[in-house]
Amino acid sequence: MNSIEHRAVSNSRGRRLNRDEDEDDEDEDNDMSAWEKAYTDERSWESLQEDESGLLRPIDNTSIYHAQYRRRIRSISSTSTSARIQKGLIRYIYVVMDFSRAAAEMDFKPSRMAVVAKHVEAFVREFFDQNPLSQIGLVAIKDGVSHCLTDMGGSPESHIKALMKKLECSGDASLQNALELVHECLNQIPSYGHREVIILYSALSTCDPGDIMETIQKCKKSKIRCSILGLSAEMFICKHICQETGGSYAIALDEFHLKELLLEHAPPPPAIAEYAIANLIKMGFPQRAAEGVVSICVCHKEAKVGAGYTCPKCKARVCELPTECRICGLTLVSSPHLARSYHHLFPITPFDEVSFPNRKIAGQKSYETCFGCMHNLMDPGTGSGYCVTCPKCKKYFCLDCDIYIHESLHNCPGCESLRHSNSINAGG
Amino acid sequence: MAPIASKLYTDDVSLVVLLLDTNPYFWTSSSSSSLSFSHFISHVLSFVNSILLLNQLNQVVIIATGHNTCGYIYDSSLSSVSSSISANESSGDAKMPAFCSEVLKSLEDFVKNDESLSSVDAGNGVGSSLLSGSLSMALCYVQRVFRTGPLHPQPRILCLHGSPDGPEQYVAVMNSIFSAQRSMVPVDSCVIGAQHSAFLQQASYITGGVYLKPQYLDGLFQYLSTVFATDLHSRKFIQLPKPVGVDFRASCFCHKNTIDMGYICSVCLSIFCMPHKKCSTCGSEYGQAQSDASTLSGQKRKEPS
Repeated sequence: MNSIEHRAVSNSRGRRLNRDEDEDDEDEDNDMSAWEKAYTDERSWESLQEDESGLLRPIDNTSIYHAQYRRRIRSISSTSTSARIQKGLIRYIYVVMDFSRAAAEMDFKPSRMAVVAKHVEAFVREFFDQNPLSQIGLVAIKDGVSHCLTDMGGSPESHIKALMKKLECSGDASLQNALELVHECLNQIPSYGHREVIILYSALSTCDPGDIMETIQKCKKSKIRCSILGLSAEMFICKHICQETGGSYAIALDEFHLKELLLEHAPPPPAIAEYAIANLIKMGFPQRAAEGVVSICVCHKEAKVGAGYTCPKCKARVCELPTECRICGLTLVSSPHLARSYHHLFPITPFDEVSFPNRKIAGQKSYETCFGCMHNLMDPGTGSGYCVTCPKCKKYFCLDCDIYIHESLHNCPGCESLRHSNSINAGG
Repeated sequence: MAPIASKLYTDDVSLVVLLLDTNPYFWTSSSSSSLSFSHFISHVLSFVNSILLLNQLNQVVIIATGHNTCGYIYDSSLSSVSSSISANESSGDAKMPAFCSEVLKSLEDFVKNDESLSSVDAGNGVGSSLLSGSLSMALCYVQRVFRTGPLHPQPRILCLHGSPDGPEQYVAVMNSIFSAQRSMVPVDSCVIGAQHSAFLQQASYITGGVYLKPQYLDGLFQYLSTVFATDLHSRKFIQLPKPVGVDFRASCFCHKNTIDMGYICSVCLSIFCMPHKKCSTCGSEYGQAQSDASTLSGQKRKEPS
């Protein structure tokens, strides 16, 4: 249906008052001039703010973005103050999408369903990037029942393909059915894995066949952490589920917020001893088969030339890593898969902010450029008025490098280019 | 001037970030005997010059990888136009081009600085150089180029490396490799040392770059110009060295043995070659004996069939 603003606009032109809403929808293009549409679609007034003297100014996005990021970094570092960080690096997660009637609502453009699908796709990619040894399954709720779109698996492409294949929504949503299905699937996974569910819920009601409270207790007993992202309004039952199972509950204000909330689930959560039992897992490190060797792979049952991996236990041939050998059940990984997760365990310390006057007193040449990218820190064009410094190596960095270093690189270039300051020692 | 220039950023304009290994322990060791540092530098300078001549918008950044520190040596976008591909190169035939003298000057400063930072204890055999540091700096620079807007030269990183890998840098180097992979920056590597570098093999394999260990270092310039001078777009059309087998086997944390099969701590992913009661890295105690776990996973596998 239409957004409220839109309806207000059309109502104010008295002659169109008696139109019914469906017709109004179809004729949206004729109904509004292009300039009006620009306002209802883009909400440009939201990117303005009032300064001290009452003047309207565009919001400085870069500084806000950086401030948000600093807050996030600080909150992460404050929670992980203990000397040894333990994270749940092996996760088994089900993403439940509500494709009931409510998902057809158009308050998110073009519809809730399309927006959810788009961001789940991004989430799946990000998730596997950050948790290479984890697995995801997709579940959809439709017509009061839930069904698996994909089974637990480690290949992002197959999930995304299945997700995009049929996007349609109808009927009611049922939280209980979704939880029951997920509970059944997650009960089979090994005890060292962290079991999680993320529900993207559009509906404002749940249509359940039985007592949902029993289901919640069952999930709690199986140590399944349920998190819910609401797209409409807060619901008691959702909050209750999250509280009981130790998950988080949040309502998305807009598309950007939804994306942020969803991606917050991508980094591994801190390991809670009672949720998963620490264990040694037997894994194999297969070698790449020599080029030009023909063998039959166990995953597709086809003869393939070259490019494959050989299970060290049963010598079966698999095409992709990480996977589980179909013959002997050995988990097969390569060392880069493990290394991809190490940065969660050795996070770099947040940098300290330095304002310009301090640096002028110090007045040395090396302080003028960012150590990472050689960007001139004294350049007035950067505008934000301060730069950051690493507490360990005391090198200065520009704000953009600060974000890149903490979000993507996970190395401090300054510390890495100093011998003896390398505290990281995980070996290889 | 700037908007016209940005229009010309076609897909064959390159930004090459060159990482030079200046580790004095490597260059004085016997493994580098076939190529002296001064010869190496002259090969590299000709190579840099040829990249800059291939396209007037091409950009080269040189970062030195030392034993104790890393630093920027040269940035072709910073040096004045007259000096980069200099006019006096043709006129003053006895004089060195301004670009070369600039590189040599800052290289000398860097090596002096590197030496001053060295400590006494580091002298056992050939030490590693700080590859993780220079890779991180190169990636920061590349990110800065990405930030300039949708039109920018196509970046790639070329490591000219000779020193052996430093195991203590493993995590940092892998972090850099994954970050390069995410931003789709290929890491090319040309190994001038005696042994293959496992770090650089993985770096080039994961990021889609070229890994090469030239057989005859006397002809280094020829290797560089034929393999590494071509821009990313033209690479599709030429026959590049085939990736050799990359060893993705892991080495265990307890004995540093390379293993086929091992035990992974479910909390911190440390690798062990035999079962332990307690993880030495993260301190978690394992609740279940390994035999239980294997039967459990065996049961789990039987269920669906």
